[in-house]
Amino acid sequence: MAAPYDLNDDSVVVVIGSGAGGGTLGNELAQKGIDTVILEAGGRHEAEDFINDEWGSFGQLAWLDKRTTSGDWRVAKDFSGLPAWIVKAVGGSTTHWAGASLRFQPHEWKAKTTYGDVEGASLLDWPIDAEEMAPYYSKAEDKMGVTNTHGIPPLPGNNNYKVFEAGAKKLGYKQVHTGNMAINSQDRDGRTYCQQSGFCFQGCKFSAKWSTLYAEIPKGEATGKLEVRANAHVLQIQHGDDGKVTGVLYADADGNQHVQKARVVAVAGNSIESPRLLLNSASSMFSDGLANSSGMVGKNYMRHMTASVYASFDKPVNFYRGTTMAGIIQDESVHDPSRGFVGGYEMETLALGVPFMAAFLNPGAWGRQFAAAMDTYDHMAGMWIVGEDMPQESNAVSLSEEKDQYGLPAPNVHFSDHANDVAMRNHAWKQGMAVYDAVGATQTYPTPPYPSTHNLGTNRMSADAKDGVVNKWGQTHDIANLFVSDGSQFTTGAAENPTLTIVSLAIRQADYIAEQMGQKAI
Amino acid sequence: MMTNDKAGGVNRRDFLATSGKTAIGAAMVVGAGTLLLPTQGWGMELKALKPETMATMIQMARDIYPHDHIGDKFYAKAMRAHDDGAADDAEKLAMLENGIADLDKRAGENGYLGLGWEEDRVAILHDIEDSGFFQAMRGSLVVGLYNQKALWPLFGYEGASAHKGGYIERGFDDIEWV
Repeated sequence: MAAPYDLNDDSVVVVIGSGAGGGTLGNELAQKGIDTVILEAGGRHEAEDFINDEWGSFGQLAWLDKRTTSGDWRVAKDFSGLPAWIVKAVGGSTTHWAGASLRFQPHEWKAKTTYGDVEGASLLDWPIDAEEMAPYYSKAEDKMGVTNTHGIPPLPGNNNYKVFEAGAKKLGYKQVHTGNMAINSQDRDGRTYCQQSGFCFQGCKFSAKWSTLYAEIPKGEATGKLEVRANAHVLQIQHGDDGKVTGVLYADADGNQHVQKARVVAVAGNSIESPRLLLNSASSMFSDGLANSSGMVGKNYMRHMTASVYASFDKPVNFYRGTTMAGIIQDESVHDPSRGFVGGYEMETLALGVPFMAAFLNPGAWGRQFAAAMDTYDHMAGMWIVGEDMPQESNAVSLSEEKDQYGLPAPNVHFSDHANDVAMRNHAWKQGMAVYDAVGATQTYPTPPYPSTHNLGTNRMSADAKDGVVNKWGQTHDIANLFVSDGSQFTTGAAENPTLTIVSLAIRQADYIAEQMGQKAI
Repeated sequence: MMTNDKAGGVNRRDFLATSGKTAIGAAMVVGAGTLLLPTQGWGMELKALKPETMATMIQMARDIYPHDHIGDKFYAKAMRAHDDGAADDAEKLAMLENGIADLDKRAGENGYLGLGWEEDRVAILHDIEDSGFFQAMRGSLVVGLYNQKALWPLFGYEGASAHKGGYIERGFDDIEWV
């Protein structure tokens, strides 16, 4: 068969979501000749449609469906209806992401073994390791064109990087560079190189940054084996009497509901929507939701330990010019418990425009101190800090009392920091401020976490079916033809930005699905 | 880089001399539903709020995000959305009118605008900062003020760049002081 596929075609693999996990998996399966339908809840906006305007772009791309929050994280107070800053569009959050593409460090695959028992944390080792993942990381880096890998030159440092690098070196940090970025530093894969537009988060209008939207999906579509159905919001995964999934119910742009039959279903809706969909698919046979015999669907929600540091200087920086996140200090990413916490963190350059700086510098703050900081906007430098947070069973995506536009329970995102997260953040703020103080900052600003961009762990991978939702292939422990293909598989979060690992896992999972289909095991 | 925006327009003193209208802070009420910002060359027709209420809201907005190099019209434009919203929402209209009346009451005899020092006005705002009224004002202002494109150059922000080819030839790495 060839795309487009009939609703009653039960030979297709249905992939729910078109981001880093789903978009990659869809293309990889199509390249193997497997009939694949990606159902994407959002619309299709091509690169030229992207908007160089923070709030305008947010309105175009962000996932703004009903969500609720709880827990003691500040996001629940400042952005109570917006726990996460992620995307509802073809390409998913790979339209919005910054491009940082780092491999896990070997010890991070074995967090429980490395860190030992941490009180209150539900740590677990991944059932896979660095050696097993190395070839898939290599394929992903090549596919995505990651700088400083495969002979791809680094990106040039922008003004924000110059300040960051100078401070880092004065402080004695050694591992400072413009990053491993999935942003072209030279023409590659039919896409141009970075034009330093400064709007990475708003979708790259030059397509220089890797996104499934233009780097994976069109290649899959060109095979005739991939259909991407936009504005197809999946409401429920259906199953037969044998407990195998049979298809999915979705709403189209007009709200009309359809059932797409399927041989295999892969869920890749991000760590909030994926567990919500499994929970909302509860049936008489699976009363706690699909693939939830462990009770772990939605549990162990992680969002990375994050924070930012901004600093003002007596001279201009114009940090909004150029690649948003092409700069990294990696010295603190090691596991060194003498700092007072387990795991580590990365420091990465970051800039916001005036509208988002006002919203995120210190949410809720007002008065002359806040205004004085804003007055120095063009004299500011900035960094984001991302580190490993502790999985906790009580941090969870669950079904809210409130309903979405389809009358289904909205997701509630509950999060409270672990003491280890707090200790790490305090250390990171101190070091980040020291970086800028070293080059003469007149003010520094320890900025709290934004709504989550890294949402992880809510369908976690485990060797033992009682500890998690999926096995080492992302296949659910309970249902052989149901897979999870996004960051919700993460057993632990590591210190690194997750996209490269999500893509690597998707490439690996495609091999497994093809093999299992070939053997008629699924 | 930071330049004062002193747009031309009606000279305030002359206007006062000839019109005999009421000046409220930097603003001026002209007729039943019109507010002028004489030094800004800018005014607005109000749909629902009393002009005196809007004049106080503009001062309150400046006290929340006090940028001394930013003219009143930017604050006024941000506040205008409240008037639009109040035009068909009696509850919102009441919240705003009551909120400002409360500020005036707390300020004493000469009202909120009668307090000459920002410090004294801000002390009152701190007393009400957990109220729905204050949060509605601040929450809308953080977008309504800082998302005005005309204001971005006053902060040294250049906005959209793709149509100019990004910054690759326009100074993405031009600082020399580090």
